[in-house]
Amino acid sequence: MDFLRPASWEEALAAKAEHPTAVPIAGGTDVMVEINFDHRRPEYLLDLNRVGDLYQWEVGEDTVRLGASVPYTRIMEELRAELPGLALASHTVASPQIRNRGGVGGNLGTASPAGDAHPALLAAGAEVEVASAARGTRLIPIDAFYTGVKRNALQPDELIRAVHVKKADGPQQYSKVGTRNAMVIAVCAFGLALHPETRTVRTGIGSAAPTPVRARAAEEFLDAALEEGGFWDNGKIITPSLAKRFADLCSAACNPIDDVRGTASYRRHAVGVMARRTLTWTWESYRGARRTAEGAA
Amino acid sequence: MRVNFTVNGRPQEADDVWEGESLLYVLRERLGLPGSKNACEQGECGSCTVRLDGVPVCSCLVAAGQAEGRDVVTVEGLADYARQRACGTGSCGTPLDEAKGWQAKGTDSQTGEGTGLSPIQQAFIDAGAVQCGFCTPGLLVASDELLERNANPTDADIREALSGNLCRCTGYEKIMDAVRLAAARQSEGV
Repeated sequence: MDFLRPASWEEALAAKAEHPTAVPIAGGTDVMVEINFDHRRPEYLLDLNRVGDLYQWEVGEDTVRLGASVPYTRIMEELRAELPGLALASHTVASPQIRNRGGVGGNLGTASPAGDAHPALLAAGAEVEVASAARGTRLIPIDAFYTGVKRNALQPDELIRAVHVKKADGPQQYSKVGTRNAMVIAVCAFGLALHPETRTVRTGIGSAAPTPVRARAAEEFLDAALEEGGFWDNGKIITPSLAKRFADLCSAACNPIDDVRGTASYRRHAVGVMARRTLTWTWESYRGARRTAEGAA
Repeated sequence: MRVNFTVNGRPQEADDVWEGESLLYVLRERLGLPGSKNACEQGECGSCTVRLDGVPVCSCLVAAGQAEGRDVVTVEGLADYARQRACGTGSCGTPLDEAKGWQAKGTDSQTGEGTGLSPIQQAFIDAGAVQCGFCTPGLLVASDELLERNANPTDADIREALSGNLCRCTGYEKIMDAVRLAAARQSEGV
């Protein structure tokens, strides 16, 4: 095994071009487990810890460009206002020790359906910035990024530089099912974001299909129902029947398996429950914000 | 490969390190610092917790090469680390208890042998928070870091800070007591 230690992003891309089989390692919270347990013996380890750019983020007009290695701890502490869904998801990652090392780039690189960041990214809307020495930078829409179980749209010579996440324009929520609050790989997880500016709702489901997925039929149903009922303007309470239908459609978007953490039918049920709850939480928060705005006016 | 880094304030050089080796393995097997424990090797148990450039991490998940040029504090160096921190905040000098307990014998700030205890270590002993002791080093490093950034933690803060450290003996109550005790002593300046 060789240990490659690029000191800059350009050097990292050059190393990846020269050794496409090199396994990138940043926080190490996935890669080192596989090495410790002898599940993986990569020819090259590509250490990204010295590439300082990966630890930076920039808050732009509409998006946050989040460096691939920004630890979850920093997202929780510093980006709660801009990326509330991702900040909540980050707080559910493992433990403080792990959150101090791991970042969203690793979640995307591993592309496990159970990665905690995925539902939040899907719900918020995001693009993954990847680059190669040969072809430069490209942006992959998050909806096209996950291609299979632990598979993503990266080419062998590409590395993940950052993820551009849409800044929240409304309330966001994140919910995760596990046996305790810390150190849990999600049995299933659900992210929901209200986008009042476009009058749309976006969702993300984790651990309940071969890849992280959105519940598109549920989103379309809810978008139409909210529009039809004038909910965005009148700020009415979402009726139980509407929430129920939305929850059922979210359950239907799942394609889960039975495994040690839970059965397929439990996952389907739990996703429905989380969908209903996160919808209620975010909608109540939207109504509250509306009332405050009206009261001030 | 060769890895150079600082451990408990002292420059260290580890030779013949395998590229896939963890920082934990280097500390225990190459540098003779077995305080950090090797249990799960997957970041679940926290018994290998060390400070890497001040940040608590699971040393089993840090590739040794990633520690190159960086600063590591292990449980062996915790007493020294706490003493230097206290110096930085102006309460320097030898505490009375320590002066009373002074003995003429060699000390080693790196392995921790012969040195005094850090306040958090003393609190763990006084509160009976140590049973088999295997999880203790990790809990000490994590607790010490909590009290460094949060002098007056709530129970929820303590639970959160220690959520990555498993103990199978104590049921955590005595550990909670120990951290509360250390926090109280810290705020009273004893």
